Amino acid sequence: MPDPLLDVRHLRVEFPTRRGTLVALDDVTFDIAPGEILGVVGESGAGKSLTGSAIIGLLDPPGRIAAGEIRFDGRRIDALPYEEMRKVRGRSIGAIFQDPLTSLDPLYTIGRQLTETIQTHLPVSAAEARQRAIRLLQETGIPAAEERLGQYPHQFSGGMRQRVVIALALAGEPRLIVADEPTTALDVSIQAQIIFLLKRLCREHGAAVMLVTHDMGVIAETCDRVAVMYAGRIVEIGPVAAVIHAPAHPYTAGLMGSIPAMDEDRPRLLQIDGAMPRLTAIPPGCAFNPRCVHAFDRCLVERPDLLPAGATRAACWLHAAPLRAAA
Amino acid sequence: MSALASESFEPLVEVEGLTKTFDVSLPWLNRVVDRKPRQFVHAVDDVSFTIQRGTTLALVGESGCGKSTVARLLVGLYAPTRGRIVFGGVDATAVDARPRVMRRRMQMIFQDPYASLNPRWKVRDIVAEPLREHGLTEQGRTSGADREALLEAQVGELLGSVGLAAADADKFPHQFSGGQRQRISIARALATEPEFLVCDEPTSALDVSVQAQVLNIMKDLQTKQGLTYLFISHNLAVVRHVSDRVGVMYLGRVVEIADKAALFSRPHHPYTRMLLDAIPDIHMSGRARTPVQGEVPNPLHPPSGCTFHPRCPHANERCRVERPQLLSFGSTRAACHAVEEGRI
Repeated sequence: MPDPLLDVRHLRVEFPTRRGTLVALDDVTFDIAPGEILGVVGESGAGKSLTGSAIIGLLDPPGRIAAGEIRFDGRRIDALPYEEMRKVRGRSIGAIFQDPLTSLDPLYTIGRQLTETIQTHLPVSAAEARQRAIRLLQETGIPAAEERLGQYPHQFSGGMRQRVVIALALAGEPRLIVADEPTTALDVSIQAQIIFLLKRLCREHGAAVMLVTHDMGVIAETCDRVAVMYAGRIVEIGPVAAVIHAPAHPYTAGLMGSIPAMDEDRPRLLQIDGAMPRLTAIPPGCAFNPRCVHAFDRCLVERPDLLPAGATRAACWLHAAPLRAAA
Repeated sequence: MSALASESFEPLVEVEGLTKTFDVSLPWLNRVVDRKPRQFVHAVDDVSFTIQRGTTLALVGESGCGKSTVARLLVGLYAPTRGRIVFGGVDATAVDARPRVMRRRMQMIFQDPYASLNPRWKVRDIVAEPLREHGLTEQGRTSGADREALLEAQVGELLGSVGLAAADADKFPHQFSGGQRQRISIARALATEPEFLVCDEPTSALDVSVQAQVLNIMKDLQTKQGLTYLFISHNLAVVRHVSDRVGVMYLGRVVEIADKAALFSRPHHPYTRMLLDAIPDIHMSGRARTPVQGEVPNPLHPPSGCTFHPRCPHANERCRVERPQLLSFGSTRAACHAVEEGRI
């Protein structure tokens, strides 16, 4: 296995509040290989977007990284000074956010935003930057790219704006792109176009992707591996096909069963009763135990780490080696 | 699929040529100064369908296709510009002239459970409001205390029917999660014992596992109480799960309407095919996907002829000039020249 491009170890993110410290991410460990697409899936509040923000160094205060480390290409980036991190962001790690309208500055033309980004990160002349901007827009499938450079974000439709945002993310030729719900704000027919585009461009540019989404369908179509998050922790991580077809964690299994499928008829959907706990009230032991049908004594007291479970790794005592379970 | 569907073929809701036009003109002074004409959006244009008692009709389409407007027209939140709505055999087109009892028989569930519940009311008052409004607690009751006790019992029962506890009546909406709030909306809608529920994207704001809970409750209620649903959604997988019949809308018009099985196994209209192709496939069956072309045009300036022609791979000269009508092809009705001419 090649050295990972991004290596996250025991990441812990806390929010100090007046009523005590909230642990929003707890002991999150994963890596992304060069050129790999890792999906991060989970329900609202699971901490998936927060993981992305922590990596690109854009945690909203008072949130802070309390423990663990993030390495990019072998170099620690979790404690870089602001100016240093600015250089990493855009040049080494690109970001795509959910709402394309808030990612673009409404007062500047698309061309200005693109050339500014290119010249900030790459040593090229203004003319060269303009040529690159045109090429990027063409690559993202925007017709009449040259005329479009002079237009403002409001003159673009939602799908076209997200294409511009993808072009911006690729402008500094980053090796990793953190895409946070890039298609959630878009209509279904546009969603498919954008996912297709993102996948193709990242392959052509050799960029790895961390794709944060709540849409399992998007994950299935796009990713190589997927990490499932629940209440601030990764509960299962593994190859996409294995996680979808043979989920090892009861939460993943429940999540899969609750998605209406296009190719089978079920009178009822599988449902996980209850809801994800709030950060202020995460139960002891496994955070999923109050909703889990398989929960036993150990789940109530001891928190499971990621354990090998078939083709994936799952944080569930069901997969503890028999020896350890007996002990 | 409800048991009632096979037993009775009595239409509960009939809609004929329903049209809603919104005036989006600039203010008078701007029109005069800039010499701009009045402008209208045809949000819903000549839509017809019937819903059989005890079944679910789903309307799908992308944003701006008019599906929510249809929902609002049916429950009377908008008055139609043209067309007819018949509910249970009675003309319900004129919103003001709708008898009170008819309003009791149809209720609506909205998309956003954060906006559709009054944050300053306790759940008890929210669920009891339709009961008080329609005077459903007054029959044969004289004393106020008696009435309140009955109300209390009814609210508890309603909350129980959607999987909440009777004790939840004392809480405020902010104490509940999104899924629980949507259950409160359902309990409120059920308070008047309606026959017809209009659900406008009831699960779009919810996480998948919570969506499953709400969809299961809705299905159970339909089986138990024989409810009829109009279900508005943009999610075809959800629609496939809940509906009996499906109508596909594009720019204010129904372009295809068919039984669920027919629509999903043999879609006729190119737009329906495109929508089906656009769904990410969770089971990765290796289906060849045609990348979808183009975007929804501005409804202020819809294309001529068939409004789908700029995005359609099968469009020809006729499609650019002549607007197709809904025609029957077996059990399916579709509005497409290419289908009619047998080109696809």
